[in-house]
Amino acid sequence: MPHVMLRKFEKVCAIVEKYDNDPAKLIPILQEVQNEYRYLPEEVMTFVATTLGLSPAKVFGVASFYAHFALEPKGKYVVRLCDGTACHVKGSDGLLQAMRKKLGLDEKSVTTPDMLFTVETVACLGACGLAPVVVINEAVYGQITPEKAVALLDEIRKKEDGTHVSA
Amino acid sequence: MEQKFVTIDGRDIPIEGEKNLLEVIRKAGIDIPTFCYVSELSVYGACRMCTVEIEGRGLQTSCSTPPEPGLKVKTNTDAVRQIRRVALELILANHERECTTCGKSTSCKLQDLSRKMGVDKIRFRSIKKPMSVDDDNPSIVRNPNKCILCGDCVRMCEEVQGIGAIDFAYRGHDTMVQPAFGKGLDHVQCVYCGQCTRVCPTGALTPKSEINDVWKSLQTAGKTVVVQIAPAVRVALGEAFGYQAGELTTGQIVAALKMMGFRKVFDTCFSADLTILEEGNEFIHRLTEGLPLPMFTSCCPAWVKYVEQHYPEMIPNLSTCRSPQQMFGSVAKGVFAAEMGLKKEDMIVVSIMPCTAKKFEAKRPEFFTDGIADVDHVITTQELAQMINEFGIQFRNLKPESLDMPMGFKTGAGVIFGNTGGVMEAALRYVYEKVEGKTLENPDFHEVRGEAGIRECEVKLAGKTYTLAVIHSLANAKEIIRKIKSGEKKYHFIEFMSCPAGCINGAGQPVNFDPSYRKNRTKGLYEADKMLQLHKSQDNPYLKELYATKLGEVGGEKAHHLLHTHYNARRRMKGKSMVILDGQQTDKLEIRVCVGTSCYLKGSQDLLHHLARHVAAQGLQDQVQVKATFCFEKCDKGPTIKVGGKTITHCDVAKATAAVDKAVEDLKKV
Repeated sequence: MPHVMLRKFEKVCAIVEKYDNDPAKLIPILQEVQNEYRYLPEEVMTFVATTLGLSPAKVFGVASFYAHFALEPKGKYVVRLCDGTACHVKGSDGLLQAMRKKLGLDEKSVTTPDMLFTVETVACLGACGLAPVVVINEAVYGQITPEKAVALLDEIRKKEDGTHVSA
Repeated sequence: MEQKFVTIDGRDIPIEGEKNLLEVIRKAGIDIPTFCYVSELSVYGACRMCTVEIEGRGLQTSCSTPPEPGLKVKTNTDAVRQIRRVALELILANHERECTTCGKSTSCKLQDLSRKMGVDKIRFRSIKKPMSVDDDNPSIVRNPNKCILCGDCVRMCEEVQGIGAIDFAYRGHDTMVQPAFGKGLDHVQCVYCGQCTRVCPTGALTPKSEINDVWKSLQTAGKTVVVQIAPAVRVALGEAFGYQAGELTTGQIVAALKMMGFRKVFDTCFSADLTILEEGNEFIHRLTEGLPLPMFTSCCPAWVKYVEQHYPEMIPNLSTCRSPQQMFGSVAKGVFAAEMGLKKEDMIVVSIMPCTAKKFEAKRPEFFTDGIADVDHVITTQELAQMINEFGIQFRNLKPESLDMPMGFKTGAGVIFGNTGGVMEAALRYVYEKVEGKTLENPDFHEVRGEAGIRECEVKLAGKTYTLAVIHSLANAKEIIRKIKSGEKKYHFIEFMSCPAGCINGAGQPVNFDPSYRKNRTKGLYEADKMLQLHKSQDNPYLKELYATKLGEVGGEKAHHLLHTHYNARRRMKGKSMVILDGQQTDKLEIRVCVGTSCYLKGSQDLLHHLARHVAAQGLQDQVQVKATFCFEKCDKGPTIKVGGKTITHCDVAKATAAVDKAVEDLKKV
């Protein structure tokens, strides 16, 4: 797929142009750029800084401030575990440990080497009635137990292995 | 008009145009504590040290409160003292409190205020993990473990210098100040002016020390160590020994250096005089030969690096003259060593400078002759004070001694180099006589003196009017270059200095919290000029002799070889390239297109699109790798691309596609 990078680069140029190269629009620009790359690579941030006439330190400052922006590549499946008060009380920590153990991750390494899973915690997903809650990409799973969580991960891996085999 | 007042601790204090309450309180004689308030920068309001109690409003930060008439302010209530102490305790909890080994000890604001506010215990434990120290550059040491996040450095770099090499990154307790992507200062666009170290209230940003190298040279058998003293040093060193800012201590400095073992103590003002002759002559030459104007001075190494990085297309405007520091080095080793009966490699040249960027300048490859540095070590005024203390010299008891001849002899023109406007004034004293062909009776050009960051004036020479400008602080430089490029302004000659008020306020000067120190140092240099017998560089008898016996003509071949240099476009950021197309073949052709600022502005992005599409259309995508990269340091000739090993400057679509087609053909043949 040699065209993917070119398409992404052209998209970045189009995004910056759409916002009239306006440095005040840095945040929406970074959001859209992240949609392309799924994270913000250093060289892409340097390029964005150049096009907006900002210093790269400023762009990095903004990108590193917001939890929404990812500075490292994320896995195909981003698992967001809620650790807000309600979920915490309902045992989210046990869930986190179970998933990390299953995937061989810890506080520092949050993405599996095969780039399939990223496990993060978030402060509150606003679905406290379903606590504890896990969101995998766009799908929400409520009242989840460590066993159920591990089963979900197994299911995804099985599906992915299947697509690889058939491909 | 009726006078308006605020009441401060029961006293009515008039409001006289102060921009905030803090300034009014300080006017009332109360030294309100601050970390994040620096009068020349924007108001940040983060450190909470300047908190006061205002009747009806409660606790407020005085730096961010406008001085409204009728405000009743108390600066020292229980609540205020409590807030300041707790804020200090919290700052100190996360601060690496290794005061005894810190270079900033005794000139540290954090130390000073902790003592003044009576902080005697810290109830909180640190939550910071140790971070690595950034000292891979020649000028500045950045120790994030000592940072208190006041942001003074960030605002200095962005607002006053217009660069933004450092900024806040991350959030909450992870917040830190750093260059982009956590790189070292040597990998980003820092120009080493060091103004961040000047405003840093702690030891988080400090000038890099070369003291141990100097001690070592002094104690190496067979080496003769000579030293030059920059103009601005003599009006500031005394501050480290209890003298007022601006008091001249040249004689004591010479005595101290002799005690330490420096064989000859010379003066950078001598080579400043030399600079004036060469630079003045170059200016006249540019005028008569129609060469690029305006001419920019090139004495300030931070400014030169700034032009190389940010305005490579203006490099032809930079005077080719080496700075006085480097002229001194090349004359000392190239001419004077032989006079002393020394081999070049046996002479060590040390400079004492008010500046951190001079350390970088001395290490530029242009200033090495046959592999030997023209200037071996550069120490700052602060470092000299440290050496004097280390040696145990009682500076105040020293009997003044005189500088050595010939390179210790100077005119007043060389002395005022340390002030903003000084280089321009010195040049005018020379150019006037040279062009008019008559004696200049009063050497003072008051029209180029002053404090404003951008000053303009006109001079008449031989019936023609010339427009001059004097600039300090790089944000002002940016503004003036914008005006030159847009055609809004036309100048013939511009003096640039990176530091506000010039070299006297360089980052290597002693730390001084007194607001009047700048004015006093400036005054000190102008007075030193007045006290000297000669005021025009061209009257320096030793300089005349140097030209007559060694250098030949001013601006001649020998002089050019020793005293002039050249500059190169320089990349701002060191980092990765963006891969745009990545072919499957192993021996693929590498195509790199520069998307750094200069090339980007010249349309390299379009070039990249066309090239990538051309590659795809020709079905070559498997045989090439296309990268968007940052800077080949050929910015003046952009847009620049590299196809295989071949660099193509002034590139356009036709040139680029032709080069790619040819390279692919060549690859097939192999």
